[in-house]
Parts: sequence; C-alpha cells; structure tokens
Amino acid sequence: MVSERSSKEFFAVTLRVWRQAGPSASGRFVDYPATNVSPDMSFLELLDVVNDGLTVKDEEPIAFAHDCREGICGTCSCTINGKPHGPGHGIATCQLYMRSFKDGDTIIVEPFRARAFPLVKDLVTDRSAFDRIQQAGGFISVRTGAAPDANSIPVPKDDADLAMDAATCIGCGACVAACKNASAMLFVAAKVSHLGLMPQGQPERDKRVLAMVQAMDEAGFGNCTNQYECSAVCPKLITHDFIARMNRDYVKALFKAKFKPVSSASGGAG
Amino acid sequence: MNLLGALFQSSIGKKLLMAVTGLVLVGFVTGHLVGNLQIFLPPAKINTYGHMLESLGAGLWAIRLFLLACVAIHLWLAFKLTAENRAARPQGYGVEHTNRATLASRVMLRSGIVVLVFLVYHLGHFTLRVQHPEWSEHTFRLADNTMVRDVYRMTVQGFNSAGISCFYLLGVGLLAYHLNHGLVSMCQTLGLKNERWTTGLERASAAFCWLYFLGNAVIPLSVRGWLPVLSGLIQR
Amino acid sequence: MAKLEAKVPSGPLADKWRRHKTEIKLVNPANKRKYEIIVVGAGLAGSAAAASLAELGYKVRCFVFHDSPRRAHSIAAQGGINAAKNYQNDGDSVHRLFYDTIKGGDYRAREANVHRLAEVSVNIIDQCAAQGVPFAREYDGLLANRSFGGAQVSRTFYARGQTGQQLLLGAYSALSRMVGAGGVELHTDSEMLDLVVVNGHAKGIIVRDLVTGVIRRHNADAVILATGGYGNVFNLSTYARGSNATAIWRAYKRGACFGNPCYTQIHPTCIPVSGDYQSKLTLMSESLRNDGRIWVPKKKENRLKKPTDIPEADRDYYLERIYPSFGNLCPRDVASRAAKRMCDEGRGVGESGLGVYLDFSDAIKRLGESGVRERYGNLFDIYHEITAESAYQTPMRIFPAVHYTMGGLWVDYNLMSNLPGLFVLGEANFSDHGANRLGASALMQGLADGYFVIPYTVSDYLAGQKPGSRPSIDNAEFAQAEENVTAMTKRLLSINGKEPVSHFHKRLGRIMWEFCGMARTKPGLELALQQIPALREEFWRNVKVPGSAATLNQSLEQAGRVADFLELGELMCRDALTREESCGGHFREEHQYEDGECKRDDEKFGHVAAWEYQGEDVAPLRNTEPLNYEFTKMSVRSYK
Repeated sequence: MVSERSSKEFFAVTLRVWRQAGPSASGRFVDYPATNVSPDMSFLELLDVVNDGLTVKDEEPIAFAHDCREGICGTCSCTINGKPHGPGHGIATCQLYMRSFKDGDTIIVEPFRARAFPLVKDLVTDRSAFDRIQQAGGFISVRTGAAPDANSIPVPKDDADLAMDAATCIGCGACVAACKNASAMLFVAAKVSHLGLMPQGQPERDKRVLAMVQAMDEAGFGNCTNQYECSAVCPKLITHDFIARMNRDYVKALFKAKFKPVSSASGGAG
Repeated sequence: MNLLGALFQSSIGKKLLMAVTGLVLVGFVTGHLVGNLQIFLPPAKINTYGHMLESLGAGLWAIRLFLLACVAIHLWLAFKLTAENRAARPQGYGVEHTNRATLASRVMLRSGIVVLVFLVYHLGHFTLRVQHPEWSEHTFRLADNTMVRDVYRMTVQGFNSAGISCFYLLGVGLLAYHLNHGLVSMCQTLGLKNERWTTGLERASAAFCWLYFLGNAVIPLSVRGWLPVLSGLIQR
Repeated sequence: MAKLEAKVPSGPLADKWRRHKTEIKLVNPANKRKYEIIVVGAGLAGSAAAASLAELGYKVRCFVFHDSPRRAHSIAAQGGINAAKNYQNDGDSVHRLFYDTIKGGDYRAREANVHRLAEVSVNIIDQCAAQGVPFAREYDGLLANRSFGGAQVSRTFYARGQTGQQLLLGAYSALSRMVGAGGVELHTDSEMLDLVVVNGHAKGIIVRDLVTGVIRRHNADAVILATGGYGNVFNLSTYARGSNATAIWRAYKRGACFGNPCYTQIHPTCIPVSGDYQSKLTLMSESLRNDGRIWVPKKKENRLKKPTDIPEADRDYYLERIYPSFGNLCPRDVASRAAKRMCDEGRGVGESGLGVYLDFSDAIKRLGESGVRERYGNLFDIYHEITAESAYQTPMRIFPAVHYTMGGLWVDYNLMSNLPGLFVLGEANFSDHGANRLGASALMQGLADGYFVIPYTVSDYLAGQKPGSRPSIDNAEFAQAEENVTAMTKRLLSINGKEPVSHFHKRLGRIMWEFCGMARTKPGLELALQQIPALREEFWRNVKVPGSAATLNQSLEQAGRVADFLELGELMCRDALTREESCGGHFREEHQYEDGECKRDDEKFGHVAAWEYQGEDVAPLRNTEPLNYEFTKMSVRSYK
C-alpha cells in the first residue's frame, strides 16, 4: 500500500546495481548513493537522475531498458529486491514510485535472469525469444483484405472478455524472471489462450499450440512446476489458469495430430 | 514430432508423463493403505490378502513391472526436469525472493528422494526380504490349512523396532507432503484446474494427504502401543 | 524548389479512391519478389505495411529501434478506433466520419485523403476482428461501440482501455507470421540514421545496430518511413521516452519536405508535472470528461486551499460556463486552451499553479462510489499510483500535455513524399488530421495507411522501376551517407562537455512549451528562434556523451535524437511564426475571436506549408500546397 506522504519530504537510498559491460564480461554489484529522492519520483526517474550524475562524473551510466513509462510497452525489466518489477502488485517497473521505499533503504537492482534472455549490458537483456515464439504460430493467418464483415463472426461476450484477459500480456518477461525454473509458460499460455478462445482462432488452434510450445522449448526456457510465481509478478495479473488451458490444448492437439484422419490430398500443391 | 517423441521430449509432454505416472502411483499407495489397514482385523485377513496377491503369478509381475515403470519414468523425469530447470537459469539472483511458491512445491525433489529410499528399504523388507530374511520364515495356517507367509507378524515385528517405525513415519509423512503439491499440480498439468475451484481442490487434496498420512501412521503407533484403543486390536 | 503534386484523382469525392485503385499501375506477381522494400518502424502503420506488402510477395526488410516490434508507442493508445460501420443504426456513414474529421481538423486536411480514410475505416475493423483482436462485445456476441471525443454518433470500437495495444498486437501478429514465413526480414535494435538518395530517388538507409554499434548500409527499391510523431521535442509529453524524429528529420535533410510542423495536439487531461526529475506525462483517458466536471477557484487566493473546502459558489466550472452545449466534452484543443487561460489568470491549482480540477463528487453522488469505480476504477488507481491522492475523496488535478503531432513529412495522395520512392505512413506523415486530430482517429489512420493504402500505391511507383535496378550499397551515395553517420557519432562522443544530454532536452522542452505550446505569439516565437540556435550551439560545445560507439550506448542514442530535436524545434517555431492565423492545434494569440476561439485565415493560409531543407544555417524554403475544398464549405468551428 502506498503511504500518503507529503511530496516535500526528500530522503536518501542506496541503489545496489548489477553492472556488466557485456554478455561475456564478468558482472558485479556496485553501490550508488542517491540523495534528494522525492517520494513522487518514479523508480526509473531516480535511475535517470543517478545516470546524469554518473555522466558528469565521466562514468558510464547504467544501461536499463525502458520506453513508454506507463506500464504498457513491456520494455522495462528490472528485478528489484529479488522481485521482477519490484515490490508493487500488478505494475511494471516504470509504474513503481519511490514512496514505496524508506529513507536509508538499500535497493538491489538486477536484470531479468534466464538463459533464454541473454544479458546485453547492465540491466538490459535480450528477450527476442518471445518474438521467435510468436513467429512460430502466435497469429491467425488472415491476409490483409481477406476478412469478412466483423459482425459476421459473433464472439460470446464471456469468451471475448476471457480472451482479452489473456491478451493484456505486455510481453515483458517478468513471468520468466520470477519463475524458479525460468519457464515461459505464462507468456506462451496467454498468447495461445487469447487466440484459442476466439472463434477466429479455431482453424489453426492445434497447429498453433504445438508450434509455439516447440519454439518455447527450443529457446531454452525451463519447465513449469506449477508454483505460480509467474502470475504473482505479472504486471497485468494474468492468471495461471491459462497455463492449465494450454496444457489441455497441447495434449489434445498431440493426440489429434496422431489419430485424426488426414485427407489423402493434403500435402499436394493446389 | 511424433506422439511419443513429444511426450518424452517437449516440456508439457514431460510434465504430462510426470502427472500421469504420479496419478498411477497415488492410486497404488491408496490401495496399498487400504490393504494395510487390515492389520486391525484378525491376522487371517491380511495374511489371506497377502497370499491372494502372491498367487496372482504372472499378473502380479505385470502389475509390479507396470508400477516399476511408472516409478522409473517419474524418477527419471524428476531428475531430468530439475537439471533442465537449473540450466535455464545459469546465473542466479543476488536476492532470492519467493512470492507464493509453497515449501512443499520447492522441496519436491528432496521429499521424493527420501520417499525413494524408504521405498527401496520397504521393497527389500517385504518383497525381496533381504533385510531380515529370518522374519520371512514365519508362516501362518489359514482356515483351510494352507500355510502362507505371516505378513501380520512381519509387520508387527518390524514396527517393534523404533528405528524402523520412525523411518516409516518419516517416509509416509514426506510422501503425504509430496502429494500435497503433487495432486493439485497434477490437476494443473492435466488442464483440469481453474481459479474458480482451486480452493476446493486444494482443500480436498490436503484432506486426502492428511488422511493418507494418518491412515499409515496409526499402524506403527498402534503396534508400539501408543494408541490405546487401536493398540488393543493388535495381536502380538 | 520542391515540386508538390498532390496527385489527387479527379472525379466525385466518393469515387476517387475506387477509381484510383483501378487506374493504378500494378507489378506483375512474378516480379514482386524482385523488389525489395524497406519499412522503418513497426507500430500500427509500419507493422501493417510490412506484413501486407510481404503477403503480396514483395521482399520486405523491417527496422525497429526497439528490442521487439511489439513495443512501438501505438501500444499506449487507450480510447479506441473510429470506423463508419454504423452498427448502432445511429446515422453514421462514411460521409459523416469524413465530415467530422475534416471539421475537427479545422479545414486544414486534404479532402480526398480524409474521405479515403473514412472509406477504409470499415475494412480495418473487419481485418482486426479476423486477426483475433478482442474488441469489446455486447451480450449478443456482436461488437460494442461507444461515443468518444465529443462525436455525436457511437462509432468507436475499443478493447477495454487498451485498444492501441490490442490493435498493435494484431498487426504484430501479422508481421510475425510473415517473419516466420520468410517474407519479412526483421531487424530489431536497429536505428535508421540516414536516408540514401540516388538520382533523386530514395533507395536505401543507413542503420546503426544499437547493441553492437555496427553501422550498415541497406539498399532497396522503395523506402517506407512509419516512425511516429515528434512530440518529444517538448521533452515532457505523453510519448514514450524513446519516441523520436530522427528518421523523418534525416529524410528532411535529404530533401523530403516537412509539412505543417507546428501543428501540435495538446491533450487536456494529463497528470500535472511534479518535479524537475520528471520524465513523462501520463494521460488520463478523455473518457473521464464524460462524468467529471472541470473547475478552478473563482478567486486567485483560493488556489492553494483544499478543494473540498471551497464552496460551490466559489468554483468556476469554466467549460460549462463558456461552452454550454458541449461543456466538459468540447474538443481537445479547445479544452486545453481554456485550462491554460485559467492558469494564466493565476487561478491554476496545485503547488506549481499549473493544474485544474477534474471533480467526480457529483458523479459519485449520482452513481455511487461503486458506480464510478466500475467505470473509471483503473484510471483512479493509476492516478493514485502516481500522485498518492485518491480521486474518490478529492478532485483530480489535470493539466494539458503534448500528445500528438499532426505535422510530418509531406506526402501526396499515394503517401509518397516529394522524394520519389520515399513513402511516409501514420503519424510520421502530415496528412489526414489537418490542424487537429479527433479522438480515436490516430489508430484508424495508422492502420488505414499500412493495411489498405500503401499496398496499392507502392506499386504505382515500383511499376516504373525496372526489377533489379536498385543501386548497389557500394555506390558513392551510400558511402557518403555512412560517412555522414559515422562522423556525427564521432563528433558527439568527442565533445566531452559538462552537461548530460537530458540537460539540453529539458531546456529545449521548456522553450518549446513556453513559446510554441498551447498559445503562440509573434514576439514569443521570435525569441524562441533566437534561443534555440543558441542552445543548439551550446549543445554541440558542451554536451557530455560518455562511453563508446561500439556497444549499447543509450546516451549516444539520446544525443543524436536530441540533436535532431534542436533543429526540428526551430523549424516548428518558424512554421508557427509564418502561419499568421489560428487553426486547431496551432493557436496564435494575435488571431482569435473575442471569446478566445481560433480565427482562421482561409484566404491566406488555406494551404499546407511544406518546408524544404536548404543546408545547415540556411533558412529553409516554405513551399505551399493549396487546399482546394471542392466538396465541403470551410466554416467556423463552433462548439458552443
């Protein structure tokens, strides 16, 4: 819960930040004292201020990923005091304000850690594995211009709402960072469920789940052990129920792929 | 990827096998407990039951091999998944933080290993009879004069040893703890769970695990005379 | 002097696009794969274009400076997307959407472009629904609509408060599909730093890999820029921190004309600035104005008093007072300027005096706290996160913030700039919104350009280019452009001054906001035109860019972008100074009616100003494209 503190009180904290010059360099924690911290400042704004201070001292600023600063683009990605996106609930790092901390706190800032998210520099990691999973099947194959009238495909409101719950995923990777096994199941499940819940997504439903899970496995993520650390840190509070749904979809698709009759014409050129 | 390949190689396939073999083993230990509780009936009951099982012949071996295969797959996957999971995060965090993963879920491998050791001892004791071969010489005469192995006496004698009783309690206790995460987790893996009934499922699972533990625990405790009412039923 | 041919097809307004499509030159299907097209940017317009062109068979290379195409700032649009579907049976039509957009733009857009936008709006919804975009639905399973931004019909489609995100994810999924299929080669973490022009045609770009620092040349048969708007010239805005003008600005310096740079949209409902460290202004959805009432204290001396202690009689609900028929729902530019006037009178609230109240106490009385929570709960939560104030108990403080730029690179009806082969889509071009954009129209335009315009119009250009005729990257022009980029990088790193990049960005932002923001004056703009070059000179002398060019270097990236803003800001002021009228997002205090409304001068300024670069330290050339209103009558916009 956020304390109702006056914006006048400034305080001081120490940032203990993971510094690593590049993927093959060795990394270490470095302490940066920050004074005149306003409770109304966002955590990333504090990093901006610290970086400006480093710059004028001719030190290299801390590299960190950020963009929209309103919790929707999914770029920001710090693990703060061991928790991806920090101590808040249902927010991304950019929505974390300094009033969540106390005077004298030491705040430990690390990158998201997973083999599938190789470190680029300092707090920046490469999350392109998510894009590769999407490219494997995270779509409905509709050509531009080939769509029927939008209202010709009614979608039951409950399904549309549930699909929207899954679709709110911002692709930040906090689920992977929080998972004890660096598993990407929540991300993939959200994507699979969003499309699988809608009538438009049915024709490719089986193919999609099989392809996306395969791409996920190839990227080197760990396995799900049903501990739900992922959904606990998700900035959009996406539920792990979607993981159960994907498990079911996957198994169904596997068995269908094995036993469903196939047309003898399939595979031939049209 | 073909079906078997996907089951044994994909992440979800492996989890599915873990869940299904786990389910088989839960079924087995539940049935086993029900059989064991015959210890509170006159010795002829459990000895007849034991004899009936032993005389299944090829059928018994089929069941044993099937169960053994389940144990083997469950075990192999446990080690394989754990190794993969560790490899998925080569560099750990400076601060370890857990949001809501239960302790049971975080010690599955360790609780499982203790259960495995217990299982090996238990099989050595009752099935292979290598630990105390002298106990297996006890025989019992059934009503129709058939001489059968006296499982009843073997059990009572076994639990007379405080060490064996303690190990037994530890084994079934950790198994119950293992199942407390395992059962709910299995429902998640099989896609049979959602938040609307998770609480109910978790309660049912906890109740089952407690029943399972208590059901097993009363046997050594009664044998050792610590449960006045039930102890009276045991014939020494 | 650049040739500005709008190439608007002849014939009746409603037939222009249809006729144009049938007359456009086509590329033989077997030849399409011989053409390479570069798409820079992967927001709504860029992703949609890259995916659609690849589907047609062109070889596409797509460049984004983000680590993933899904991060583009289209993702942050909240409200919705307009389309003339008339699913609500409330009298909407293509013509009405066209008319509303033209009027909302204060008669400064091209009629034919806007009509085409309204026509294809219906296809966009079909396309997105088929992609699986989870639009809001009614209980019958059909699409829901709401009325937005003061429109008198319900034509806005939405997906909770995250419409931009869902539409972008739809376009991103189409793009991902084509990447997977090999039709698009995707380059992430890649920033375009120059445009290569060969024999007057855009034929390639120079790109820096932001992770490795490697600079590469890329050639193509056509180059498409879909790189968004330039509102970050103000430093504080609702844009993402990374949003920048570099791609379009470097194209401008290679000869592409910049249309109407001064048209800036200021959104009325944002959370006010709290301190010097601030990096970003957060938008509170316009929908709040449906139930919230905007006021300031009548008396200056009450401005720091607790709002709940100010009696009703001492409050000035100024929008309801000045605009009785539209009230709190008047258009964005009108509401923003009114807030500024209140603050200028010294009645602004909050410590800075730059804020007005948006009060929900009446709505809470009417709907109950739970009713308000149901409609706006998540927005109230965001407000609480940022300010630690509960809008259930005390009014929100809001203030206008830069939100969108209507100006951009000049394009003809085919979305091609005056440089043949260079196409510009979405917010990066100057087209469809005139001097002011209506709510829920940005998403519509980005997707219209990407899905339904460029796939047709690009072939008109390519059909005239021989397959395989694109110049090699070993050409002198490529070498010169690369040299240009390398030299600038080197120069930035070698200055070794005393101030970080942010220092200059903040100062530029303050100048722009003060003199080229919501209200502009001749003396103010003239002053800005002295201050900006001085600041630019200081930047090139005293900026500190640490680190090297051979790794990820965020200071270096930012320095290049701010260097461009320091030039673009000057052009904006120049444009604002020469446009001696007020229209939409451009308000000159000298040109207003007595009630403070925009006074246009259609006679003298009923045209597009398209600025042409003439070289460093040389004044750019102001070209004009007359806007011939054949089908609508330019009238005075009134929301009273």
